[in-house]
Amino acid sequence: MAGNLAQWGNALHSGEKIYPIVRQRKRWFAISGGLMALSIASLLIFGFNLGIDFTGGSKFLVTTDSEDVSIAQEIGDEFAGDSEALATTLGTDRIQLQMGAVEIETAREITTALADGYGVAEADVASTQIGPTWGAEVGRAALQGLIVFMVLVSIVMTLYFRAWRMAAAGLVALLHDLVFTVGIYALIGFEVTPGSVIGFLTILGYSLYDTVVVFDKVRENTKDVFTQNRFTYGELANLALNQTLVRSINTSVVALLPVASILFIGSYVLGAGTLRDISLALFIGMAVGTYSSIFVATPLEVQLRKNEEKIAAHTEKVLALRESGEADVLVGEDGEIRVGALQPGEHLGTSAQPKRKRRK
Amino acid sequence: MSTAVKAARRALIWLGIILVAGYGALAAGVLTNQTTLAPGLALDLAGGVQLTLQATTTDGSEVTEDDLEQAVEIIRKRVDASGVAEAEISTQGSSVIVVSLPGDPSDETIDLVRQSAQLQFRPVLEINNPGPIATTDTTTDPTAEPSASADPGVSASASPSASADAAAEDASAAESANAASPSASASASASAEPDTTTDPATSDDPAAGTASDLSWITDDLRAQADALNCVDPANYLGGVALGDPDTGHAACAFDGTLKFLLGPVELTGSEVDSATSGPEFNSTGGLTGRYEVVINFTSTGADVFDEISQRLIQLPSPQNQFAIMLDGVVISYPVMQSRISDGTASITGDFTQAEAQQLANQLQFGALPLQLELQSQDVVPATLGQDQLQAGLIAGLIGLILVVIYSVFQYRVLGLVTVGSLFLAGIMTFLAIDLLYWMIGYRLSLAGVAGLIVAIGVTADSFIVYFERVRDELREGKSLQAAIDRGWKRAKRTILASDAINILAAVVLYLLAVGSVRGFAFTLGLTTVIDIIIVFLFTHPILVLLSRTKFFGEGHPWSGLDPRQLGRDTLYKGRGRVATPKTQTLAERKAAAAKGEEN
Repeated sequence: MAGNLAQWGNALHSGEKIYPIVRQRKRWFAISGGLMALSIASLLIFGFNLGIDFTGGSKFLVTTDSEDVSIAQEIGDEFAGDSEALATTLGTDRIQLQMGAVEIETAREITTALADGYGVAEADVASTQIGPTWGAEVGRAALQGLIVFMVLVSIVMTLYFRAWRMAAAGLVALLHDLVFTVGIYALIGFEVTPGSVIGFLTILGYSLYDTVVVFDKVRENTKDVFTQNRFTYGELANLALNQTLVRSINTSVVALLPVASILFIGSYVLGAGTLRDISLALFIGMAVGTYSSIFVATPLEVQLRKNEEKIAAHTEKVLALRESGEADVLVGEDGEIRVGALQPGEHLGTSAQPKRKRRK
Repeated sequence: MSTAVKAARRALIWLGIILVAGYGALAAGVLTNQTTLAPGLALDLAGGVQLTLQATTTDGSEVTEDDLEQAVEIIRKRVDASGVAEAEISTQGSSVIVVSLPGDPSDETIDLVRQSAQLQFRPVLEINNPGPIATTDTTTDPTAEPSASADPGVSASASPSASADAAAEDASAAESANAASPSASASASASAEPDTTTDPATSDDPAAGTASDLSWITDDLRAQADALNCVDPANYLGGVALGDPDTGHAACAFDGTLKFLLGPVELTGSEVDSATSGPEFNSTGGLTGRYEVVINFTSTGADVFDEISQRLIQLPSPQNQFAIMLDGVVISYPVMQSRISDGTASITGDFTQAEAQQLANQLQFGALPLQLELQSQDVVPATLGQDQLQAGLIAGLIGLILVVIYSVFQYRVLGLVTVGSLFLAGIMTFLAIDLLYWMIGYRLSLAGVAGLIVAIGVTADSFIVYFERVRDELREGKSLQAAIDRGWKRAKRTILASDAINILAAVVLYLLAVGSVRGFAFTLGLTTVIDIIIVFLFTHPILVLLSRTKFFGEGHPWSGLDPRQLGRDTLYKGRGRVATPKTQTLAERKAAAAKGEEN
């Protein structure tokens, strides 16, 4: 398979094999748009399943071999008051009791009761109490971080690419990833914790990282677009996409592997907690990020630039030449224009020159 | 040797120097016991209790940075006094204090931390030596005590904030105090309610029935005072039990040099409006060269203080002193020299400017309408922390192995360069975390561990970007060395741009986020920096050197850089033979088209 992927990469690089992603952008926009609408709808309908870190509440965790949650449930019901208590098993050897916010003194009583109930030392019962106002504070800080990051990144992207359209396309791809991930959270009802927020924020960085690599290639390929009349801007951008496809797949797999391993350990061994929360959000976000860097960012960038006067004129000229049959382009067996890299020959250094064979 | 090879060797040597120097420093630190080889672990991995306290004002005013710093200072003293080692107290934002207590701190310690500052004014009844009094039977022989207070000269001279005359009078004061109160110490039946008019011995005393009444010294208090050891720092550093405000109390001076027996609380911090320090002026407005602390009372406080001052000036020493207590420790015990009716009291003495400032700050903090509200409490048992650390490490190991397998699969022997780079990045990260623990006390949290694992992917990403670039150049038909040279130039830009975004993300996350997010942001930023170092000082140089070897240079099928596998044979075959490219030229295509038309 390795050989195949490399050879597939060769074909993609030379333009022998090409996926017309940019030309079919309407289709991808429709798919992404639909998914966005679905995400936003599920956000509005279901909302977030916010964890106690944001809503305030208490959580107790007993490490025990017992699988009897009824003990914890009884204790929870006794102390919960107006709020509802819920005892569940977590991972392989844990029982968790969750309920509304309680006073610190009550929390100590519950800890003692749980320790007695399960026959473990009081020091082995983990507990978390979070006041409702503090939860709101944490949520606000997360939102603030998100907004500041978006603003900073737009500035950096615009400076780096020196083109607002690229920055805009990159940011749309970023929002796409975020909305989609968040939508999945709302739809399935995964609990949103500070860990998930870490994940969401990291997705932003990762999504941009992916997009930057693709855009770099697009920029390189389209640098001399106006000095030739063979290919249109869109075709060259599409070539860049195809050329970075293998890299996109490789980096995504490599980035997802460690995340998947945390997700697995976090879900099946620990049951819940920071590890699972971070990795779940990252796993969804990275997968979506790979999709968006290929199917959203570049097509959107082409769409945005299409009507730029210079590019529109150039595209028209290229197509006219092609119509007249004067264009020096190759047509593949399937009727696709074969787009090749536009690189003039260059000196490859003396080491590339033929060497005199040593006579024996 | 070409310049590229020289540069590559230089880079590798630099990397070696960085690693050797870093680990050398670490080894020196470990050998001299200044740090440990194991990285510092945060509470969620080591176990402990984390409290988030939000400071709010009771009068609705803004919490200033100074207020918060004062609060942190007080909490630190309380924690230190409770004997919890390595507690961490930090502020977040403008009003939040996070207290991390490692291990399994007692409920009392936790309660102590979340208390507001307690400023109390109690009248002084008796001043004694700081040490405990080892009387065999304190309850049956109350007359045995006065002998202990008969030697106040030593401690009195050490009293820094009492005015000089107080110190001079102290010897006689202690005696007169004992002499003046035979009934108090003798009346074993004295209840906690001394302002009873049935006690004839004190009826003509101005202190009778007030907080200065010596009958507050009950047998219980006497026993309590005797047992109190003011030489032990735990009893004078702060965070000591406040005692019942309505009865007498025994407490230590802030420096452990004196022991006080005190009357009930007469004023608290809420009656203090403000406290300032400054140079003292004499009656003609000239500087005396000394410093004073001025306390301004609120209007109700002023009335109460007026009463106190009128009473205290009539009393013999040490009953003419009043003790100011912060968190159960006497921070000042000035002599009342005149009636103060305007609510502005001035404490003078042999202060240095800094001492006066500190006292004013302490009073100010005690007067602060600051409440510490417990926002969150997180109790992590040590066993749970260990489990989480273990799970995190296993997850990291699995992730690493998967990445290694995948990259060897994809890049053959070249994948081993990835493995080596990841290995070095791991060594460097470990070093950085260890050194950061040593230098700034950085502790790794579970979120931090997650950041490290995620970073495996991000770090490997930059190698892939580089390798794919080199492969692209090879596909263009360049020789390996030229491909590496050119591929590096382009990949460098991409790697730096994307790493810059990662660092930006990490910095924003770190600055804005609360709690566990910070740990994640920190390791993500750290590993990104290390990624840049490794790519520049290891991955690229090693590839340059490897390209000179026969195995890579001739494009062995297993090298991962075989031009034939990459779809491009070198065009020049030697001996004048040139491989013809398979692509059609315009002329050929036109010819083919013409042929097709003919048919």
